Amino acid sequence: MAADKPTQGVPAQSMSRTPWTDPTVRSYVYQASLLALVVSLFWYLADNTFQNLARQGIASGFGFWNHTSGFGINTTLIEYSETSTYGRVFFVGLLNTLLVSSIGIVIATTLGFFIGIARLSPNWLIAKMASVYIETLRNIPLLLQIFFWYFGVLRALPSPSQSHSLFDAIFLNIRGMQFPAPVPGDGFWVIPVSTVLGLVAWALLAWRMRRLKERTGHSVNIHWLGLIITVALTVITAMKSGVPLAWDVPELKGFNFKGGITVVPEFVALVLALATYTAAFIAEIVRAGIQSVDKGQKEAAQAVGLRPGQVLKFVIIPQALRVIVPPLTNQYLNLTKNSSLAAAIAYPDLVQVFAGTALNQAGQAVEIIGITMMVYLTISLTIAMFMNIYNRRTAFKGKT
Amino acid sequence: MRRSFKFSIMAASLAFVVAACDEPAKKEVKKEAPKAMAEVARTLDIVKKRGVLHCGVHQGLPGFGSQDAKGNWSGLDVDTCRAIAAAVLGDATKIKFTPLSAKERFTALTSKEIDVLSRSTTWTMTRDTTLGVNFAGVNFFDGQGFLVRKSLNVTQASKLSGATICVNTGTTTELNVADYFRTNKMEYKILAFEHSDQTVAAYDGGRCDVYTTDQSGLAAQRTKLKAPDDHMVLADVISKEPLGPVVRHGDDQWFDVVKWTLMALISAEELGITAANVDEMASSKNPEVRRILGVEGKLGAAIGLDAKWAARAIKAVGNYGEAYERNVGPNTPLKLPRGLNALWTNGGLMYPMPAR
Repeated sequence: MAADKPTQGVPAQSMSRTPWTDPTVRSYVYQASLLALVVSLFWYLADNTFQNLARQGIASGFGFWNHTSGFGINTTLIEYSETSTYGRVFFVGLLNTLLVSSIGIVIATTLGFFIGIARLSPNWLIAKMASVYIETLRNIPLLLQIFFWYFGVLRALPSPSQSHSLFDAIFLNIRGMQFPAPVPGDGFWVIPVSTVLGLVAWALLAWRMRRLKERTGHSVNIHWLGLIITVALTVITAMKSGVPLAWDVPELKGFNFKGGITVVPEFVALVLALATYTAAFIAEIVRAGIQSVDKGQKEAAQAVGLRPGQVLKFVIIPQALRVIVPPLTNQYLNLTKNSSLAAAIAYPDLVQVFAGTALNQAGQAVEIIGITMMVYLTISLTIAMFMNIYNRRTAFKGKT
Repeated sequence: MRRSFKFSIMAASLAFVVAACDEPAKKEVKKEAPKAMAEVARTLDIVKKRGVLHCGVHQGLPGFGSQDAKGNWSGLDVDTCRAIAAAVLGDATKIKFTPLSAKERFTALTSKEIDVLSRSTTWTMTRDTTLGVNFAGVNFFDGQGFLVRKSLNVTQASKLSGATICVNTGTTTELNVADYFRTNKMEYKILAFEHSDQTVAAYDGGRCDVYTTDQSGLAAQRTKLKAPDDHMVLADVISKEPLGPVVRHGDDQWFDVVKWTLMALISAEELGITAANVDEMASSKNPEVRRILGVEGKLGAAIGLDAKWAARAIKAVGNYGEAYERNVGPNTPLKLPRGLNALWTNGGLMYPMPAR
């Protein structure tokens, strides 16, 4: 009898005939009922929410997506006007958030690496200055830093009629920086396409050279050739097509400049605040990564005859990256989420324009906040996924 | 032991699934009948039991809802809340004020964080019908205007084409600006801040050419500028902004309480009752005065309050005229004339419904 009964909790082979004593069947049943429990819990919550909303007379559903928004937005990467729908408002806000986040991430990483390495410099002054930067910026709340950049730095800029100007085409004033905007004519597209082709050729050459180096050990500096090809292609196409490019130069008319591209001070303040703040955290991560590399590696590299810069570039940093990348991902996610503070200085990012103005006008808090949360979740998961791929590829097999 | 534990989890989850599927069906049936009785009396009872009125106000608008250095709240909207607290709880100081931004005010109300929203909120059809709120009257008839620097030499709103405009996000102001500039085919750039303090700071720093909000708001915020005399309010009024207290949908009794408390203050001005003479007026021969002050009739009981509800409200904040003079009148920094807010007998729009 005892030999027939299977042991508890072992998802082993089915030894019995009757379904309810079969451990495999049992485990499927438990899984199915747990799944049913979770699904019904969420369904119940959603149902309850919508019933309560209906009871209070608050509109629900996603019909608002196609209603006219009625309000204006000052910085848009795509076409937008007051007659656009709330759906378009969502995309405008999303693109603005992605723009701020991506530029912020690039600047923060560069600055962070630079300061992190400076922190470890044998030069006492440089190390101390980096230290002061890190300690100050990490400990002041981000919102205050954003206000500082926006209200503090803004004051230094002149009014439009007294703008600083460069070649009478680029202007800097309290309304932002105005650049001439390129207006491509017919047939202009061949020029950027040829530049891209040149860059692709350059990349292919570089890849071939790396393979060659791995196999034979010879290395040829192919980058000059790649650069020449790209420039030559661009110039030849430009000359043949006659550069059909007009420029929309900004001009001061009445209150503001008309024409051209304007980079608003809100954008600049937000990017600078986010980048400098996150760079302080990244600097510490980089420092931790570099210090995690065995001291023997540095000594061996120096013994082999590499210069300090080469030691860092070829030996230390590649090994440090394994330690740096996971917390670095975290900082990127933080930066993206912190960009939602844009509402405090009127930069139209996703939260300000969609989960702020659109929410207030349409009144449907549950749907709009739900969508916004999904967006941030998706962005975060995407960044994390890329970083995990990179992490897996750089991990040494077998090393702790 | 483990097997029976897993079994009980499974049984419980199946039971839950069955119950959850049944819920909506049962809810439909039960919803109609008892709800009618239960919902109506709720907020008033809750406030009375709690002993404190939760009032949503502005984050800082002089004359309507602002705190002084010691943390004392004052303003026309604040006085409306004090009147309600005096009428319902007997004490105008038993209030918890929650400063709210334009963006969060309606959600705070519908999620029951506050009982009444008294925050210069414009009564519009969309808000009244889709947000789950009811407007309990108008305590200030206003309109939207523009504040510009005198140095710009602009005297008419139609000359503002191409200007940069600072507004508060989530307000009718944002929408009205869009409508106005679109109708008149003028260009503009808009900056929408969340907090009105930042909006004013950006305008003061020169980031925008124009600051726009209700005319009363313009007068109020101008007092906060570095050099108030360098700025002027344009004469153009581009929209109607009837401002008043707001309550939740679905509670008719509380709606009546707020509506009639406000109305009582306006009636008091019409009938000549002031904070000083409330007690004497109780012996008046005027039937309407007697009804409002609770000497005759059952007006208080009709809305769930005792007979002296209006007398207490008037004693706490004065009649509407007194509250107006004290907060936004010609003797205050705002210097707003009565204009549309005068009594109907004086050519204004304040018309209290009969108290009978």
